Amino acid sequence: MSAEVFSVFYQFADVFAFLILSAAGLAIVFGMMGVINMAHGEFIMCGAYVTVGLVNLGVPLPIAQILAAITAGLIGVVVEYLIVRRFYKRPLDSLLATWGLSLIVTQSMLLIVGSSVRGIGTPEGSFAIGDYTFSSYRLVLFAAAVAVLVGLFIVFMKTRFGVIARATMQNAAMARALGARTGRIYAISFGIGAGLAGLCGALYAPTMTLIPTMGATFVVESFVTVVIGGANVLLGTAPAALLLAAIRMTLNASYGQIIGQIGMLVAVILIIRVLPEGLSSVLVRRGR
Amino acid sequence: MHTRHLLRTAVLGLALGALAPFAAHAADPPLKVGLLEDISGDLAFMGMPKLHGSQLAVEEINKSGGILGRQIELIHLDPQGDNARYQEFARRLLNRDKVDVLIGGITSASREAVRPIVDRTKTPYFYTNQYEGGVCDASMISMGAVPEQQFSTLIPWMVEKFGKKVYVIAADYNFGQISAEWNRKIMKDLGGEVVGEEFIPLGVSQFAQTIQNIQKAKPDWLLTINVGAAQDSFFEQAAAANLNLPMGSSIKVMLGFEHKRFKPPALNNMHATANWFEEIDTPEAEAFKKRWKAKFPDEMYINDMGYNAYNALYMYKTLVEKAKSTKLEDMRKVIAAGDACIDAPEGKVCIDPKSQHTSHRMRLISVGPKHEVKVEKDYGTIQPYWLGEIGCDLTKKNDKDQYTPSHLPKKS
Repeated sequence: MSAEVFSVFYQFADVFAFLILSAAGLAIVFGMMGVINMAHGEFIMCGAYVTVGLVNLGVPLPIAQILAAITAGLIGVVVEYLIVRRFYKRPLDSLLATWGLSLIVTQSMLLIVGSSVRGIGTPEGSFAIGDYTFSSYRLVLFAAAVAVLVGLFIVFMKTRFGVIARATMQNAAMARALGARTGRIYAISFGIGAGLAGLCGALYAPTMTLIPTMGATFVVESFVTVVIGGANVLLGTAPAALLLAAIRMTLNASYGQIIGQIGMLVAVILIIRVLPEGLSSVLVRRGR
Repeated sequence: MHTRHLLRTAVLGLALGALAPFAAHAADPPLKVGLLEDISGDLAFMGMPKLHGSQLAVEEINKSGGILGRQIELIHLDPQGDNARYQEFARRLLNRDKVDVLIGGITSASREAVRPIVDRTKTPYFYTNQYEGGVCDASMISMGAVPEQQFSTLIPWMVEKFGKKVYVIAADYNFGQISAEWNRKIMKDLGGEVVGEEFIPLGVSQFAQTIQNIQKAKPDWLLTINVGAAQDSFFEQAAAANLNLPMGSSIKVMLGFEHKRFKPPALNNMHATANWFEEIDTPEAEAFKKRWKAKFPDEMYINDMGYNAYNALYMYKTLVEKAKSTKLEDMRKVIAAGDACIDAPEGKVCIDPKSQHTSHRMRLISVGPKHEVKVEKDYGTIQPYWLGEIGCDLTKKNDKDQYTPSHLPKKS
């Protein structure tokens, strides 16, 4: 019996981790900054490719993953400076610009590194409970997802940067009037978002096939989670992921992957219909 | 490009001392071959070798004087795995470019998208993949292996070796669904049991739940007919969870070269029946691989689709030369006479007159813990007999349906 209970927790943790890790970066870029970043999947892909490249050069996996996240973050800062910066007041144009960027990046990757890259293998280790065996690495992913949430909480709620960042997102003109260097805040925030996307790719790289379009498998889940969550990253994304993971896990287990996927999207439509501002609007109002 | 070809053939002609008869042919317009292969998108890693195989064959045929003295002009379009684009590009090649033959398509969904468009023209269409079988279509010539060559050999072997209980994970479109139907039928005939079937939407990449469903059902072995880069993530995740079950497939290893793409031992204990895999080491196969690697040194793996794509052009050449015509009806007369054979790198292969499918020498291969490929059994040449047995006869009538064990032609 305990095997069944653990199995339910494990499945839930697995879907939750996938949603949180895919959505965390987007929650900042789209949820807070309002930039519709269609290139989110390409930052994820970047993290995955850098990880695999470094591991093939002999770098240990965890270090490669951290370096990959940092690389994606730095690329994010450059992208913000060159492209995204121009579109803060034009969200629909930001959609087009980042979509164009995503097309260019995927096709360039296809030309440069080819259609598929040999994987690096999931770190060893599995454990058995009852009749089931589980991959230990999946629990690492879950731990990473929780750590990302805690880290975001600390950065945005407990640091000086967080206060200024939130002020900038809320009212950039006022923040600027009070002396905040909003341009730099935007660049750093976008960089953090891109870095978190890179981290997602880095963490999932050992478990997946690497192809230039791999980011696409994360994008639907990430947008759905952020849209359901609403503007507040901490009060929105995490509860949204909890809710969607519960729905998806239950449907997956009882009716298979197709129904799981359909069910999750139906739930999303219903939630947006009832709560157009997302879950965080309710939670914020309750909190007041 | 064109002038370079002409120059090259002219030099060749001089060297052979046969410039005079050749010059007459050089004036003929080139034969246009329309090629639809994905070289971007989820299936690009499988489509790239298909393009390369076609290019290699075209280069070789052009160098040796073309078909009936005419050079081949290859027009390749990349539908990017999108079935709507397959249709659009097929129309463009057939109506605007007026190609003499259409080749290509990866998934069965893309083939079924293109087939009605080809059927409205009088252009021959070569489908170069192994597939779930059953297409009885006068316009289509199938170069790949079909269930009576793959499942009828693989499944009994798996049952005998590993046991009677199988769990199926399949891509959720016509290929996966119909292949699963074949598995059900063959398992029933063998007295086996299908303890679970899971159909997975294309693009799904997370399999923790599937792995647990499999463990719950306790099968003796797995039939893996999951498709595309995303779904292939299953193998890595199953290995990480230490699932450790024998696996059988009609598409893994020789087609998707998962044993090259994944770190060992993710593909350990995988079995497949194939007419081609890169590890074949006969002299003909070695010579073929050498020519391929000389032209495409970076190819990760010469897969079975790429190999079939190469053969398709030689089969087309044979048909046109025997028919002395590029018209579909003349080529079909050659097929109906049972005279359409080529010496392929796997050995001699012939087109079956009734179904217009190709005979193949089939081998059962297995993958070891270091991803080494071993030939377990050689079945020799197997004819694509099933369509003919159930009543498809393209020598007599112009059918264009797809049949499955549960959808048989009406008895007339």
